Amino acid sequence: MDNNELIEKINQALADEFEIEVEQITPSASVKDTLELDSLSLVDLIARMEAVTGVKIPGSDATKIRTFQDLYDYLAERV
Amino acid sequence: MDKANRVVITGMGIWSCLGYSLDEVRESLYEGRSGIIFDPARKEMGFRSALTGYVKQPQLKGVLPRSMRVYMPEQAQYAYCATKDALDDAGITEEYLASHEVGLLYGNDSSALPVIKAIDTIREKNDTTLCGSGAIFQSMNSTVTMNLDCIFKLKGINLTISGACASGSHAIGLGALLIQNGLQEMVVCGGAQEVNPYAVGSFDGISAFSTREDEPTKASRPFDRDRDGLVPSGGAATVILESYESAVRRGAKIYGEVLGYGFSGNGDHISSPNVDGPRRSLEMAIKRAGISVDEIGYINAHATSTHVGDTNEAKAIYAVIGDRKIEVTSTKSQTGHEMWMAGASEVIYSMLMMKGGFIAPNLNFCNPDEDSAKLLIPSERVMKKFDIFLSNSFGFGGTNSSLVIKNM
Repeated sequence: MDNNELIEKINQALADEFEIEVEQITPSASVKDTLELDSLSLVDLIARMEAVTGVKIPGSDATKIRTFQDLYDYLAERV
Repeated sequence: MDKANRVVITGMGIWSCLGYSLDEVRESLYEGRSGIIFDPARKEMGFRSALTGYVKQPQLKGVLPRSMRVYMPEQAQYAYCATKDALDDAGITEEYLASHEVGLLYGNDSSALPVIKAIDTIREKNDTTLCGSGAIFQSMNSTVTMNLDCIFKLKGINLTISGACASGSHAIGLGALLIQNGLQEMVVCGGAQEVNPYAVGSFDGISAFSTREDEPTKASRPFDRDRDGLVPSGGAATVILESYESAVRRGAKIYGEVLGYGFSGNGDHISSPNVDGPRRSLEMAIKRAGISVDEIGYINAHATSTHVGDTNEAKAIYAVIGDRKIEVTSTKSQTGHEMWMAGASEVIYSMLMMKGGFIAPNLNFCNPDEDSAKLLIPSERVMKKFDIFLSNSFGFGGTNSSLVIKNM
């Protein structure tokens, strides 16, 4: 899977999980604001990313991810 | 019952195998339709019996936000639909709920599927985070009341009643007691039951279910000599209980009055009911209702289509009513056993029949046994006006609830 495929997969999974339009997800956008994450739904982000990429994001790392680009980079390095 | 505060029913809503609105359910009762099907998936899972009530899944996407739906197992979704309809039926608005302390007592006694999903995840992944945020809230026995309370912003008592197959009936009885005693003016009461196979797998395992799989609609045959077990079913049913004064003040439509609630424990066997416990529950409900047995126009029996259960209930009813000709039926002949929901749904079924002037047929009652022969059990629809019914619900461990409700 190349990087573009990975990003597409991540975006689609997040759009499905959090019921937003995939167009709302841009690299510089805030993950927390775009997905309206709170401490509970952050758990769903971690679970969904694990299901899609096989990468488990520890909670301590998840809270450091600000933008979608941060998320793509984090997962691309570990996938 | 103490008449200090009269308790009336001002709203009803239901999501059941007989329909998803009061009108649909009324018609199903009138026509004597069965809601029971053969589910091939259960056979593949190793079930003795693949029979079940069929209940469609509500589509709540676009109705409730993800942030609410993620915490709702199937029975909470059914309960949401039933409760939304009941509140609308009662004319209760968001503004009313925001400015009054409306209570919530709902019967629920399991949430198997979310528990199994979470355990599967933990075993497979060795990681609890991957269960997701909804798992804990979906898994708890109080999942229905915690969800309904947050969705409808209810500010009164917020409590799940777990009384096995009498849960829904106890919820209504206890709600009535709170209103009678002036502790609540309005209580949303009901019962919910998950329908997924996992919820009843171990129940199937103790040979409690009918295996008449070649004739699904004939499998549930309460009081019939040839019954061979119950058929599991589910959904949700909600009634709005309110003080008479509140209902009059609001100008609300009043369906009927909860006259009496009786309860008892058997103090006996965990699965086999006896006669004495149910008899005491019936007698208590009638006594507290302040009526004579002769005033009862219809008895909605608990009868689930098991041998010992129906036999002992028939004995208990006969011990109370004797040779009086009061129609006794079990609507489980149409629905199967709606378990945690049944006590609430059967109040709605009985109310719809009372309002409609008919008694739905006790399906598949072809031959009586020694005990059911002593009761008047119609196998065909009876057109009859009646103004008081008694509804029985009994559960594992010997928990009994009886309600006496009067037409208004």
